[in-house]
Parts: sequence; structure tokens; C-alpha cells
Amino acid sequence: MATLAQRLEAMWAERPGLGSWITTVDHKKIGVKYIYTSFVFFVLGGLESLLIRAQLARPNLELLDPDAFNQMFSMHGITMMFLFAMPMLSGFGNYFVPLMIGTRDMAFPRLNAFGYWAFLAGGVFLYSSFLSGNAPNDGWFNYVPLANKEFTPGPNIDFYCLGLIFLGISSTGGAINFIVTILKMRAPGMTLNRIPIFVWGELAMSLQIVFALPALTAAALMLELDRKFGFNFFDAAEGGDPVLWQHLFWFFGHPEVYIVVLPAFGIASAMIPTLARRSMIGYTYIVLAEVATALIGFGVWVHHMFAVGIPALSLSFFSAGSMMVVLPTAVQVFAWLITLVSGRPVLKTPMLFVLGFIFTFVIGGLTGPMLGLVPFDQQVHDSYFVVAHLHYVLVGGAVFPIFGAFYYWLPKVTGKMLDERLGKWSFWLIFAGFNLTFFPQHILGLLGMPRRVYTYEAGLGWDGYNLASSVGAGLLTVGIAITALNILRSRRRGAPAGPDPWGGETLEWASTSPPPDYNFETIPRVHSREPLWDQPELRRGAQPVEAGAYALDDGHQVLSTSVVDATPQAVLHMPHATAWPFLLAIALTALTYGILLESPLLSALGTVGTVVGIAGWFWPQGETQET
Amino acid sequence: MRALRRGHKLRAVGAGRRAPIAVLSTLLTAACSGPASMLEPRGTVAARVEGLWWLIFWIATVAFVVVLGFLFVAVIRARRPDEPDRSSSPSGERFVIASGVVVPAVVLIAVFVVSVRDTSDLARAGRSSRLVVDVVAHDWWWEVRYPNGGVTANEIHVPVGEPVRIRLQTADVIHSFWVPRLAGKVDNVPGRVNWTWLQADRPGRYRGQCAEFCGLQHAKMEFVVVAQPASEFAAWLNDIASPAQAPTGVAAVGEQIFLGTTCVGCHAIEGTEADATVGPDLTHLADRETLMAGAVANTRANLARVITHPQAVKPGAVMPPTDLSPDQLEALLDYLQGLR
Repeated sequence: MATLAQRLEAMWAERPGLGSWITTVDHKKIGVKYIYTSFVFFVLGGLESLLIRAQLARPNLELLDPDAFNQMFSMHGITMMFLFAMPMLSGFGNYFVPLMIGTRDMAFPRLNAFGYWAFLAGGVFLYSSFLSGNAPNDGWFNYVPLANKEFTPGPNIDFYCLGLIFLGISSTGGAINFIVTILKMRAPGMTLNRIPIFVWGELAMSLQIVFALPALTAAALMLELDRKFGFNFFDAAEGGDPVLWQHLFWFFGHPEVYIVVLPAFGIASAMIPTLARRSMIGYTYIVLAEVATALIGFGVWVHHMFAVGIPALSLSFFSAGSMMVVLPTAVQVFAWLITLVSGRPVLKTPMLFVLGFIFTFVIGGLTGPMLGLVPFDQQVHDSYFVVAHLHYVLVGGAVFPIFGAFYYWLPKVTGKMLDERLGKWSFWLIFAGFNLTFFPQHILGLLGMPRRVYTYEAGLGWDGYNLASSVGAGLLTVGIAITALNILRSRRRGAPAGPDPWGGETLEWASTSPPPDYNFETIPRVHSREPLWDQPELRRGAQPVEAGAYALDDGHQVLSTSVVDATPQAVLHMPHATAWPFLLAIALTALTYGILLESPLLSALGTVGTVVGIAGWFWPQGETQET
Repeated sequence: MRALRRGHKLRAVGAGRRAPIAVLSTLLTAACSGPASMLEPRGTVAARVEGLWWLIFWIATVAFVVVLGFLFVAVIRARRPDEPDRSSSPSGERFVIASGVVVPAVVLIAVFVVSVRDTSDLARAGRSSRLVVDVVAHDWWWEVRYPNGGVTANEIHVPVGEPVRIRLQTADVIHSFWVPRLAGKVDNVPGRVNWTWLQADRPGRYRGQCAEFCGLQHAKMEFVVVAQPASEFAAWLNDIASPAQAPTGVAAVGEQIFLGTTCVGCHAIEGTEADATVGPDLTHLADRETLMAGAVANTRANLARVITHPQAVKPGAVMPPTDLSPDQLEALLDYLQGLR
């Protein structure tokens, strides 16, 4: 008689080898692929920003011609938003949400695999635009009519529209998967008010994606119709309206900020109680704040459009909305601060990134409501002040927590600790480099420097700040490189992590590092918000079935529980590894290139491939339908 | 002796304390100074916004210092060896609500009220203006039209101390009209007519620049607002609406060259048959300070380069190069430099 672990291993293990890299539906392997792929895109986006900073280091430089510069800042924004921040946070969510809620996989493993392949294909599609020197060049915001065929006749904007539609499929599928997983697959006993805050963050992010992304997809589709088929959605001369693009874009674009920071706040909220060694104070308020941010976040988009000529009364509504969204953020900041102050923070690298996160994010959070004030915004809008603000919010609010997560969570993924000394060097270089890069940009904005200029003249008082900013970008790069090196080094030389290197309170620490294919030998019954602190039996291996755990060892199964109270409802059969999601993504890629190149053959192949891919994916397989 | 020494010490501390503040204030002043600094306003609107800025700057600074204090205490707490109290903390939760909701709500409502009052005061003040200037943005320059028919480019003259309304339109993509020392920005949007106003409180030349990304030469789409005393402005306005001085000698040959080449396809010169509106009106070209919307200074050598190699001066500009013999070029330059 094999042990429970051996039986589960036999059921959950995927065939090893290169093929399994393509066919895997394991949320952990997919999560890791998301994390490493988006890190590669982070490096690419970083290189683009280095070229931008090199060009702007001194006045009147000619390292890049104007079009190359425009492509760089456009791809920098697109990359950091769509190819780094969103997939990186999806990656951590993919890996850790099932572990933190005590289940064995995501609700739709094949959709999960497809989401990754569509993300990779969309990213490669966007970057292939560089091969012909036609990368998107009208900014990530891509305002019309500049992005219309008349003013940007090359394929640059077709890459943008088709690429974002493609990536939208990936994000939407991923978001639905998170929502269902989080609401329906929690360990028994994990009631709504025991869900880890990080998981709440991923849920809030997913709900925002589902409601915000359609606006972007619709806008991109409408623009592509304008460009390829002569529709006139955005052409004022033909009765269209260029401002419509801005409404659609920012209806997505502002919630996008919260899509990025809410799960990153969740990372911080996951680390703070563990590393401050006390329960989070104000858990309920933090959760309510995340949900409130997700809701209010839909009522502020017009503050990106205060200079467009919208009537003053409407502006004051959106100005008020932009003030309101500060409150839930302030709630979270003060909950973290009071928790840190009442705990005994462990000043290891992840905690340094948490402290750095609060420091930098708060600066961005304080300039935010300034931009919500109409007269002040009309001065600094589209100036470097906004560039500084958004980097303080997004780098402070997302990149710092993500780097903290590398140190905090990668040991769970690899089983190896990262080096502390390198970590501290990396943190201080990133912290100093970041502030040196972006703090002077506030002043540049106040000194009248507009955004997105490829050069500037001397004598405007901008030279020194630009030089400082460019030097800072160099320091920042070194700091990031040290962490990358540290991650690589840890694979061979890192100290063994053990199951729970930080003394964490959530369920991921109940599993080994790295976790087995089936995550948990038994699906534990949870009695607390901090199960590992309150249920010592969870630290001593699998919770026995007699204690209320579920073994689920007669098949490839997970437990489905009720939305509010997480009472067991059903046993779900999970699908096995398959190549269909990969093949479907390939077919969609062919279709996308077919539309881009206006090639009937490629489009037809892609369409047929897509139909075949979907049919193969859903082909009936006897009694258990595998989705 | 002891008292003396203490006094000495006190003085030293005092001096030590004053010196950094003096350095800091010098730095701050120097840090925020420049020809396009919104913190050195010279107009009614910008001055009002500067006031709002310092209000929110100090509020933000206080809030940030509070957060820094907490971070500092957290780091200190890290040194304490005892185990923390893990249990829930009702007082901590009350603190979260007080500092996360109540205090910020009060502050934000107050700031919001100030901001809305500023907006409506400024809107009302703009209504009293008697002069309307049309500004039409182009890739990548500014067309400026006065009610008396005067036309110029990249230079907007206004009388000091009077509100001037500006009617903003665009000939192509979205641009944004921004003169940091006078007023915030308003976009030029296709299919729309937008309004803004500004009032310069002192004579001077104030730098303006396109603030909405508009393609290749977004960086070189500058203009200048020239604020003049009322009588000087009236004379200028009168002058701008009249044709340029008639050319004589070589310049008259230059005029014929101008009228005989592709120049006339895009440019207008009042008093001649050149009346195209694609490029800037050149009637008073010689009076302008820069060429190609701030790309280069208006000198003879630069003007020659703009005519023969515009793409080298401003890559991507709509203007094509014009092939002329050296003699033709000199004659044309004589003519253009006489356009006052």
C-alpha cells in the first residue's frame, strides 16, 4: 500500500521533459513562467528607459532620432504596464493564490495555461514590431488623431491595437480564473473574513480587469477599424470624436493603476504581519479599502482629461472622486504603519523593500490628490511632475513590493534563500537610484518641462535635474541587476529555505519548498485568519483527515466550497496536461499577424487553426469534461 | 565662565542651525527658478495656482513627515528583543479610521473647496476680457490671429494688466497650449473650439510650449507670449495688420524668387499674391525672434539653412527643402530679412 503522498504524486505529477514545459497546466509552473517571462520584459522596458534617460541626460543630444525616441517611450510604457506589472502580479497570484487558499490548482488550469501562452505571444508580437523599425510610437495612451492612419501611416499602431487586443484575451481569462478560484475553491473553513489580504488584492484586481479592460479592447478594435477599413469613430472631420478615445482609454487606464497596485499592496500586506511578527491591525478595513478602491477607481478617469475642454461642473465631480480615492489608500497605509509600529519588524531584505515601498508610494500618493485639483492639474498636467508622480506610485507601489516578494516568496518557489548581503546592497541602490531618478522630475515639471519631448534646449534650468535623473537611472539599474544576479546565484548556492523560513501565518508555508505537485497532502480545515500561527498541527505535516481535512486521493481532484463560509460543496475533477492551449495561442498569433500583414492566407490559416484549437480543447473525453 | 561657555555653545548651535536653513532656502529658490517656472508666476492665473501649490505642498510635507515618523519608530522597534503582543488592537483600529479616513477627509474637503473656489474665481475673472486672440495649432507651430486681421506665428503679443481670451483650435492633431508663468494648459482638439485666458502682470517675454504629445517634433513646438504696455501693444497690433514694407533693390529680386518657387505653395505675405495658409504667415518674419517654432534663432545663416535644409533643422517638419543658386538664396534672404 503506497502512502497518501505517493498516491497523490502519481496522480498529480506531469511527465518531465521539455514537452511538459509546453503542456503543463500546473499553476505553480505557469506562475513561474509568468514571473520569469515578465522579468525579461521588465529588463527590456528598463533598457528602453535607459535609452530615454541617456538621450535626455544633456540638452540637445542626438543619440536617438525623434522617431526612435518616441518608439522607446511608447514601448517603455506599454511594456511596463502590460508585459511586466500585470503578468508579474498574475504570476505571483498564479503561484500563491492556490497555496494560500489551500487548494491544488486554479479553477481552470487549461485556461490558465492558455493565458500564459497568449501573454507570451502578445509580447513577442508587440516586440516583433522592432524588427521592421515600426514599434508603436504614439505613447501607451495612443491619442487619436495622431494614431490615425493619416498621421501614423506605418504599421506601428496596428501592432499596438492588435497586440493589446491579444493581451486582453490573456488578462481577461486570467481574471475570470482568479475570481472563480478565490470564490469557489478555498479550503474548508476559510470564510470571507479569513481570506489572506494578498488574495483579496488579486480578487479586486481581477474584478477591475473584467470591468475595465473591455473599454480598452473596444477602443483598440474601433481604432483598428478606422485604420484598416476607413471607419470614422475618431475622425472629427467625418463626425467622429477624438475625445471618445480618451474616455475609453482612461476608463480603462486609470483603473489600470489600481489593477497594478492592489495586488502589489496585497504582497505588502502578506509580508507585513509575518515580518512584524504580529497580526495585521485593521484587516477588515484593509479589505474594505481594497474593494472601495476598486469601485471608486472607476469614477476618477476624467482627471487625465482636465485640459481637454470638458465643462467645469463635470470636472469638479471627477475632482471630488479623485480626492475620495485617497481615503481607502490612506486607510491601508496607516494600517500597515500601526501594525509595523506595534510589532517587532525583522529588518531583513523583504522588510526593507516594504519600508521602501511605504516611503516612495506615500510620496506618489501625496502628489496624486494634487493632480486631482483642477487648476493645479492644468498647470502640471503632461509635465515631468506627472512623470515623477506616476513612477512614485507605480514603482513605489508595485516594483518595491514585487522585489520584496522575490526575497520573501522565491524561497518557497525554489527552496533556496536569496543572499541577504546582496539583497541589502540591491535594496539601497534601488532606493537611492529610484529617488535620484524621479524626485528631480517633480522639479522639472514645476520648471515647465513637458513630457515626451525628445530633447530640450539649454538655459531653462532643466539641465542639472535631467543629468541627476539619468545618473539615478544608472544606479537603479545596478540595484536591479544585483537582485537578478542574486536570484540566479540562489539556484545553486542559496541556503536551503525549509518549508517556512519567515515564520509565516498563511497556508503557503504549510507546504514544502518547493511544494509538491499536489500542493498539500490533505486539504486542511482552517479555523483562523492566521492558520499557521493558530493551528500548530499544520506545521507538523499534513492535517489528518480526522481533524477535518480532505485527502481527495481517488482522482485528480480539488474541493469546491461555498462563496461566503467555505463549506464543502463538491469535488471537482481537474484536467491533465495538454498542448491545446499552446496550439490555440499559436493559431491566434497567426491570425493576428494575418490581420496585421493583410494576408488572406495567414488569416485563413489562423482562423482554421483557432477553430481546430478550440474544438480540440473541448473535445468530449468520456465522463469527465476537462476545462 | 561656565555661563560664558554655555553662551558660546548656544551661539554655535544657533549659527549652526541658521546656516542650513539659509542654505536650504537659497537652494529652494534656486531650485525652482527658470524661464518657464510656474513657481515664478507673472500672470493672474499662474499666481493663483502657485498659491494653491504652496498650500498643498505644505500639507503633503506634514503628512509625509508623519509617515516618516512611523517608519522611524518601526525601525527602532525592530531592536526590541521581547515578543510583540499579537492580539487584535481596538485602539489600533480606531487609529486607522481616524488617520486614514477622518483627518484626510477633513483636509481633502478643505483643499477641494479652495480649489473649486479658485477655478470659479478664475473663470469669472476671464470673462471681462476685451481682446480675443485666435491660436490655431499646427504640426509643429502656432498660428496666431488678431481680430483686426493681423496674423503672425509662434508669438502672441498681449497688453500688460489686461485679461486676454484665447480661442484654441487645431489644424491637425491634438496639441496643448501652455505658458507656465502665465496660465495652465488647455488642449487644441480637432472638431472643438476651446477657450482659455491669461493676463500678464508685468511686461516681458514668457515661454510657451506644446504640452500634448503631437508626434515627431513635439519637443520643438514653442512659442512666446510678449507682454507689452498698452500703447506699445496697440502700435504693434496696428503694425501687424499692415502689409510688409515694399522691397527695394536686391530684395525686390528676392521677392520675385519667393513668388516663383514652391514657397508660395504654403506661405502668405500680405501685400503680395502669396496667400497660402499651410505654413506660417511671413508678412513680418523679420520681427520674430526664432524660426520654426523655437527650433533656431532668427539669424540670416539659420534662415538660409531653414530654406535649403529644413529637415536638418527640424527633422520631420512639413517644410520641404528648396533648391536655390547662391545668388538666388542671398536675394531671397535679403527679401525675407526685410519683412518687418
